Amino acid sequence: MTLSADAATRAIRRGRAITLVALLLLAGLYVLALQFTPAERFQGLAQKIFYVHPPAAYAMQLAFFLTGVASILYLLMRDARFDAFAEASAEVGMVLGGIVVLTGPIWGKPVWGTWWTWDARLTFTVIELLVFAGYFALRGAIRDPGERAKFAAVAGIMGMLLVPFNHLTVYLFATTHPTPVVVQTDRPQLPAAMLRTFLSGFAVFTVCYVGFVMQRYGIGVRRMLEEARDA
Amino acid sequence: MTLVRAAIAIALKDLRIEARNRTALLTAVTFAVLVQLVFLFAREPGAVRLGVLAPSVLWITLALSGLVVLNRGFLLEREHAALEAILLAPVPRSALFWGKWLANTALVAGVLAIAFPVWILFFNVVPQPALLGVLGLAVLAAVGFTAAGTLFAAMTARTRYAELLLPVLLLPFLIPPLFAGAQASVRLLAGRPFGELAGWLRILAAYDVVFLMLAALLFPTVVDE
Repeated sequence: MTLSADAATRAIRRGRAITLVALLLLAGLYVLALQFTPAERFQGLAQKIFYVHPPAAYAMQLAFFLTGVASILYLLMRDARFDAFAEASAEVGMVLGGIVVLTGPIWGKPVWGTWWTWDARLTFTVIELLVFAGYFALRGAIRDPGERAKFAAVAGIMGMLLVPFNHLTVYLFATTHPTPVVVQTDRPQLPAAMLRTFLSGFAVFTVCYVGFVMQRYGIGVRRMLEEARDA
Repeated sequence: MTLVRAAIAIALKDLRIEARNRTALLTAVTFAVLVQLVFLFAREPGAVRLGVLAPSVLWITLALSGLVVLNRGFLLEREHAALEAILLAPVPRSALFWGKWLANTALVAGVLAIAFPVWILFFNVVPQPALLGVLGLAVLAAVGFTAAGTLFAAMTARTRYAELLLPVLLLPFLIPPLFAGAQASVRLLAGRPFGELAGWLRILAAYDVVFLMLAALLFPTVVDE
């Protein structure tokens, strides 16, 4: 056990500062997307979701992937900090996933003509969210901290393995989801202003992720310390 | 070869217990038949033809009765601390995984042996050689999901909510094999050329290999004290 209350407090404080910056940047992203980026000719204003939805999806994938990595590290080193990080990252991933499945239908209705479709990528995003909902159900059902960390790590690694399946399906199955249109060389490129805003979105959501996870990590460590004291 | 022998010994132990009281098999088979009935009664006969519904019902039956079988495997070991006794045996921990997996797969196959003919009967499926292929697909899918299921069941059996947690954890992992299996069997029954199945078969095979290896790798961590 190398958990310390001081480190937890530091993580929360730094996380709070980074989150504040992230939220300011997010506000800036909205201004950039709405005011300084041209509207798309066919999709109109609906296309503005493009600057939030894919970045949130990317950050969600990052969160779940890092939960898996931290889970592997936990099993190898049995350091409770990795467990705390895995839990924090998974929870932030759930929130980001919530943003993805909320913004998706808002864009889907005007552009696809339907709120929801059982498209491959959409389906597997929902599955991933359910996998990690199960991850938290499992955590909640185990009292012993060591056993909880161990079992959660196993579930986290299994969950991470579903992520490549997710990406694979987009290309394997018929999908109505846009395949990557941004980074390609043989077809017309995205206008520079749109590309700039789009890439800014990814940067902003990365900062959001870091800020959220640091705070949640600190809270998780505090809870673990309380648990150890009560035991 | 101790691994293989130990695994077979554990599997035979489980199957012997099952042969003596037949609780799990009887329950799972009854459950599988009931699931099919639920679908028949939840259907508007004028609107949904049996043939359209049939492949879906087969795969849902397989998934749900698989869960019933998997739940049993480690709950059995909870009584009289039987798991600790097995862990004391001087055999690799992974032997326990392979043994349990073998027994679970055999039990799922046992359920299929009865539920499959019942499905053909209930859903007026035309007897045809392609049905053997569908049965093969079901076994191929079962091989993979019992691997993930054996791993998860070993964990959930040690919690207070085993019966509730296993489905929640395992069902998302059933979706890829279920999806591929259902797609392939619909094409098989419609007499489509093999080329249309190949992609789905590859997914099923990849899933089996990946999750068998991963579950075998992670299992020792789950049972170690």
